[in-house]
Amino acid sequence: MKADSKGVLGGTHKLSGNYACAEGALAAGCRFLGLYPIIPALEISERFLKRAPEVGATFIQMEDEVSALAAVLGASWTGKRSMTVTSGPGLSLMMEHLGLGVMLETPCVIVDVQRVGPSLGLPDRAAQGDVMQARWGSHGDYEVIALSPSSPQEMFDYTIKAFNLSERYRVPVLVLADEYVAHLEEEVVIPSAEEIEIEPRRYYDGPKDKYLPFKRDEDFVPKMVKIGDGFKFHVTGLTHDDRGYPIMNEECQEYNVHPLLRKIRNFVDQIVEFTETNIDDADVILVSYGASSRAALKAMEQARNAGIKVGSLKLTTVWPFPEKRVAELAKRVKAFVVPEMNFGQIALEVERCTHGDANVLFIPHGEKGIEDTEDLLAALKQAAGMTAVEEKIIEFKK
Amino acid sequence: MENLLRMDRMPHIWCPGCGIGLGVTALASALEKAQIDLNNVCIVSGIGCTGRVAGYVKLDSFHTTHGRAIAFATGIKAANPKLKVIVFSGDGDLIAIGGNHFIHAARRNIDMLVVCVNNFIYAMTGGQVAPTTPLAAYATTSPFGCVEPPFNIPYIADSSGAVYVARWTALHVRRLTNSLTEALHKKGFSVVEVISPCAMYYSRINRLGDGLDMMKFYHDNVEIRHGEDTKNLDIGFQTKIICGKFVDKERPSYMERYNQWASEVRGASNES
Ligand code: SF4
Repeated sequence: MKADSKGVLGGTHKLSGNYACAEGALAAGCRFLGLYPIIPALEISERFLKRAPEVGATFIQMEDEVSALAAVLGASWTGKRSMTVTSGPGLSLMMEHLGLGVMLETPCVIVDVQRVGPSLGLPDRAAQGDVMQARWGSHGDYEVIALSPSSPQEMFDYTIKAFNLSERYRVPVLVLADEYVAHLEEEVVIPSAEEIEIEPRRYYDGPKDKYLPFKRDEDFVPKMVKIGDGFKFHVTGLTHDDRGYPIMNEECQEYNVHPLLRKIRNFVDQIVEFTETNIDDADVILVSYGASSRAALKAMEQARNAGIKVGSLKLTTVWPFPEKRVAELAKRVKAFVVPEMNFGQIALEVERCTHGDANVLFIPHGEKGIEDTEDLLAALKQAAGMTAVEEKIIEFKK
Repeated sequence: MENLLRMDRMPHIWCPGCGIGLGVTALASALEKAQIDLNNVCIVSGIGCTGRVAGYVKLDSFHTTHGRAIAFATGIKAANPKLKVIVFSGDGDLIAIGGNHFIHAARRNIDMLVVCVNNFIYAMTGGQVAPTTPLAAYATTSPFGCVEPPFNIPYIADSSGAVYVARWTALHVRRLTNSLTEALHKKGFSVVEVISPCAMYYSRINRLGDGLDMMKFYHDNVEIRHGEDTKNLDIGFQTKIICGKFVDKERPSYMERYNQWASEVRGASNES
């Protein structure tokens, strides 16, 4: 399906990451925004609000982040593509409804512009501290999808991708942005509506009295209906059967929850996306995502100039994690170097996936580390065996 | 009536002598009387004993998270204003954990009907103090009698901006049905409180007999005072309960204001 031209601005614009994200949402057909104001995500809502009347979109500012995501889930069941935007403290509050979104298999997008934590932290500074929370923050077993943009252009592109994936797999999808990318202004190319591919919602079209809200197709994804279409369906956050009725036993728990995992795990190869550069001859591979990718790519160039064979694995999807690819690469490289604006989240994932076949060096860096690649370069040298171990670099030895 | 209930889910989970089922009966009769297209009606519940209502009513129905039914329903209404939205939940759910959503939906005047079953206690979790438990009443978490003053639900609804506020007990099914029918036609945030016996916990812990005894108590102690100032509707332990329709007024709803704003903006941008 092609994008609805009403939401597509078109042309090339100098936009902040936040504005690009709002444009991506509108282009993807998002017509409902449930919001609660928070730094540094605010400008996404502001841009969306300004454009809402002309596009025919609706928004509501709720009383907190708990209700903002609750409203988004309700809105999604009316057939509208829906999203919310937030930052760390708000994401913490949203974990309750991330779980409900997973359980009710409700397509929606959550944009999290990460700031420094824990708690209130540094509201206007960039970090990547919510990566594990995005994956594990709600209780129980579940799978979600999370994308991490590293530029305003990717804020636009990945927001569209997030909507498409959420419709395809009926799952909440997170855009894990960060303050750096959100406030960075760069040229963003917005294609025409015909050039933007939109994943349509998969609606049930059988007889009304035969509809089962959680009857799965071969992809483990049930077909959806809209409120008001006369299906008189029921859905619940309790463990439920195909009818959506609560069934309180372990067999049903397994019947209900396993497909929630399988509908993502079985399709990892189709969901996972990354960009590889200079991988073929690499001794050391930089694994990066979000704003850290900017530092990683710069450091790769510098290292290559210094004669170190460095490659880059830049993640589009942080979740699911490219487990298989990292394991393959681990067999033929000396080490992975992982720069992150936190104290080790994806680095742990990389370490897990190497199965001890390669060293993993983790570089915690703040915003300064995006511009200044000194530490990263030192780590690359160390990883290539050219220098001794430096203190600020955390090394997981094989 | 049967076409409004999910007969394939009977028997329901409620205890004998519980008042929630009577509230559901009243809602089903009201939906029939109101003659609205049932395809356009949806119902959202939180959790707890009353939270199970959404699962028994044959409408597009959502059993959501604790206290958040109103927030979920707000999204539905804002995204598709053509739908008639009902929230049916308990006092602990709507007024304790969901209290903030309750007052803000009333303030915004979101067009929805909220039916709040008040049985003075957290029932499903086994009889803990609720924000509605009368002073001195016993609960498993008030072994010496409740020391917190309870909320007066019609007063919160009224002072937060609800356009329709009524209270009945589970004994007053006919009057309750009439109020619900009226509220279904009302534009704006409407609240109907249903005082209901919890025979399993509230009555037992407080030695008030069974459901029938509670119904007798309502019969002898309810005073109907339409239009009563909602400030005067406090409920004490085994004191008189004032019922009636207290508020019935007009105020632009959220979607009315939103649509007016949106069309003004569109008009202005067309001119420029
Ligand atoms: S525990 Fe109380 S409120 Fe719950 S079903 Fe039984 S009587 Fe009703």
